[in-house]
Amino acid sequence: MGYIADTSQFEKLFSYWKEEYEIWAPRRFQGGGRFSDTDAVRYARVDSPSEIEFEEKSAYSWKETVFPPSETLFYFSQNHVEEAEAPAKKRLVFLRSCDLAAVRRMDQIYLKNGDPDYYYARKRDGLAFVLIGCPHTCENGFCVSMGTNASDNYDMSVDVTDGAYYIDCPQEDWSRKLEELGAAPAEHKPSRVTENKVSVRIPDNLTYEVGKSTMWNQYDKRCINCGRCNFVCPTCTCFTMQDMYYDADGKVGERRRVQASCMVDGYTDVAGGASYRKKNGQRMRFKTLHKVLDFRERFGYQMCVGCGRCDDICPEYISFSHIINHLEEGMKEAQADDNSK
Amino acid sequence: MDMNTKELKKNAFRVTKVRGVTSSRVRVPGGLLKAEYLGKIQKIAETYGNGTVNLTARQGFEIPGIPFEKIPEVNQALQEIIDGTGVNQTGKERGEGYPASGTRNVSACVGNRVCPYACYDTTALAQKIEKVIFPNDLHVKVVLTGCPNDCQKVRMGDIGIMGMTEPQFDPDRCVSCGACIKACRSKSVDALTSVRFRPERDSYKCIGCGECINACPDLAWTRSQKKYFRVTLLGRTGKKNPRMGVDFIKWADEDSIIQIIKNTYEYTRHYINPDSPGGKEHIGYIVDRTGTEEFLRWALKDVHLPDIAEVYTPLNWNGVEYAHNKYFGNQRYHENGTIVTDFSK
Ligand code: SF4
Ligand code: SF4
Ligand code: SF4
Ligand code: SF4
Ligand code: SF4
Repeated sequence: MGYIADTSQFEKLFSYWKEEYEIWAPRRFQGGGRFSDTDAVRYARVDSPSEIEFEEKSAYSWKETVFPPSETLFYFSQNHVEEAEAPAKKRLVFLRSCDLAAVRRMDQIYLKNGDPDYYYARKRDGLAFVLIGCPHTCENGFCVSMGTNASDNYDMSVDVTDGAYYIDCPQEDWSRKLEELGAAPAEHKPSRVTENKVSVRIPDNLTYEVGKSTMWNQYDKRCINCGRCNFVCPTCTCFTMQDMYYDADGKVGERRRVQASCMVDGYTDVAGGASYRKKNGQRMRFKTLHKVLDFRERFGYQMCVGCGRCDDICPEYISFSHIINHLEEGMKEAQADDNSK
Repeated sequence: MDMNTKELKKNAFRVTKVRGVTSSRVRVPGGLLKAEYLGKIQKIAETYGNGTVNLTARQGFEIPGIPFEKIPEVNQALQEIIDGTGVNQTGKERGEGYPASGTRNVSACVGNRVCPYACYDTTALAQKIEKVIFPNDLHVKVVLTGCPNDCQKVRMGDIGIMGMTEPQFDPDRCVSCGACIKACRSKSVDALTSVRFRPERDSYKCIGCGECINACPDLAWTRSQKKYFRVTLLGRTGKKNPRMGVDFIKWADEDSIIQIIKNTYEYTRHYINPDSPGGKEHIGYIVDRTGTEEFLRWALKDVHLPDIAEVYTPLNWNGVEYAHNKYFGNQRYHENGTIVTDFSK
C-alpha cells in the first residue's frame, strides 16, 4: 500500500516503531568528519526522524547495525563465561537499495556458509528494513551495473520531498498504523536510479589467471594499506578475535570480535611469522577477485553491490570500479603471456 | 620637495632609495583575497608604479615605483581593495588610503578551507583579529597557522597562534589496526601506545596535531568540537637579538587569545620607550626591560582559559646576540659562555 505522510504522522509512526524496535539509520555527525569542520555521515541509533540523513549516502555502511567495528561477545574469568547481553530490542534499519542488496551477502556468509553465526543471528533476527529511495545517483556508485539499484525486499520504502514522506508499505501492521494516523493513501514506488555516472563490466571470461597481469603492480606503491575500503564496505565480513585481559595474569577478561581488513598489515600473518600477501598490489588482487569472482563461483551471484563507498573514501584516489574495468585488459595480458610461453 | 615622512609611512607608503618615489603596501589579512583584487593591484602597478608587484613576507603586496605626487590617486584606487579585504579604515576618510602601518598584516597559512591537517579556519580568525587590532601604530606581528606543522612560522612573530584539536576516542569504533600509533610516532610526538589492543594517549605529550584522527580508517578518533590553540610569544627577527617565540599556552581557546592580544597592546602602549627610533620598539625588547612577570601580569588580565589549558613557566628566550659575539682570531665567546672555534679561519 502507498501513502503520503506528513512530518507529524511520520513522527508518530516512528514512536510506534520504537515500542518494538531500536532504530538505526544514517546520521549526520556535525564536525564528526576526519578533517576540521567536516561532518561524518554514518550509521547510528536514531531517536527521531529528524536525526536521519535522507540526502547523503552514509560513508560507512548499514552493516554496523549487525556487525559493529568492535563487539564484545563474552566475558570470562577462571571458570566462568558470561555472554554479552543481547540487544534488548529488535532493530529497524533505514538503508538504500545497494545496502539492502548487501544484506543478502552478509546473510550468505554469516548464516548460510556452514553453521549460522550465533552472534550475528541474534542481531539479525527480527531485523526490519525501511528503504530510502534514491532520486539521483551518488558520486561513485555503480549499482545499475551490479543489478542492485532496485531492491524490493523491504518492509517499507520512503522518499522524502519537501517535508512529505512518500511511502510504499508492504508490511501490513505498519500500513494499518499509517491509515490510523491519517496518512493519505497514494500509490508510490520508491525512486531508484536507472543510470550511474560510473558503470562497470566484469568480463565473462574472468579467471584467477588475471592475477598474473601487471595491472596490480601500480597498487604496490599507490595503496597505503589503510583498510578504509574494507571497513566502509557493506559486503566485507572479515573479523578477527581479541582476548582482552583485564589483569596481568590473564585470567579475567573479555573476548571481542573486531572487523578485519585484507588490505591492512597482519591480515595474512600465520603462525611462525610468515605472511601470504606482503605487497599491496597482491592484496588488491585478492580483494578484487573475492568481490567479483570467488564469491560468485561459490554462491552464484556477485558479492560487490556497487555502492561505491570504497571509492568515496580512498585517500589515495584508488577507484575500485576503475580496477574492475581493467580486468578485461588484464585477462588479455595474462593470456597473451601464457600463449607466448 | 616637502613630504612628511611620518605621515607617509603611517599611510602605508615607504621611503625608498629613490628620492620622490615611494611604494604602496597593500594589507591582506589572513592572506586570502578575491582574485578580482589582483586585477586592481595590477592596474595600480601599471598606472602609477613601474609595472611590478612585490609579494611581501607577510602576505601583503608592495607596489613599487610610485611618484609621490601620485599618492592621492593611488589611495583612491586602493579604496576598493581596502573594502574588499575587510580592512578597518577608522581614522581616514574614504579614498585616503590606509590609516596605519605599524601593526603588520595578520598572516595565516591556508588553513582548514584547503589543508587536511589544519585544525581551524585560519583565514577567518586572522580577519577577526585584524578587526580587533587594526588600525594601530604599534609594531606588532600576529601570525596564525593551522596545525603544529607551522607552515606559517608563527614562532617568528610576537604572537603566534597554532591550531590544535583534542582527539576524542570512541573505543567501540576501534579495530586495532595501529595506524594512529604509527602516524603519531612517525609524523608527530609518539604520544600513543597500544594498551590492550587499543591506543592510549599521553595527553601531556600530545600536541593536538590530529595526525591520529586523519590516520584512523574507522573514525574511532575524531576532532573535539571545541577548537584549541598553542600560543607562542615574542619571536622576532632584527639586528639586536633575533629569537624564536617560546611556548606560552597549550590548549588556549579563541576568546582567551583575543583578550591576550588586546592586553598585549595595552601593555605595549604603557611601556614603550617614547624615544625609540621611529617610535618603533619590538614588544620583546620592552619585556626584556620590564621583566617577564610584569608582562604576564598584563597579558593574562581578564583571560579565562579553558580548564584543559596549560600555561608554561618560566618563559625563557635565548637566540642570537649579535652584539655579544666577540671574535678573537678564529675563536669567539658564545653567549652561553663557551668558546667556539671556527676552524675554517
Ligand atoms: S582505501 Fe585505498 S589506500 Fe586504503 S587500503 Fe583501500 S585501496 Fe588502499
Ligand atoms: S567493494 Fe566497494 S563498491 Fe563493492 S560493495 Fe564494497 S564498498 Fe561497495
Ligand atoms: S600549518 Fe598545518 S594547517 Fe597550515 S598549511 Fe601547514 S599543514 Fe596545513
Ligand atoms: S593529536 Fe597528534 S600528538 Fe596527539 S595523539 Fe594524535 S597524532 Fe599524537
Ligand atoms: S587508527 Fe583507529 S582503528 Fe586503528 S588502532 Fe587507531 S583508533 Fe583504532
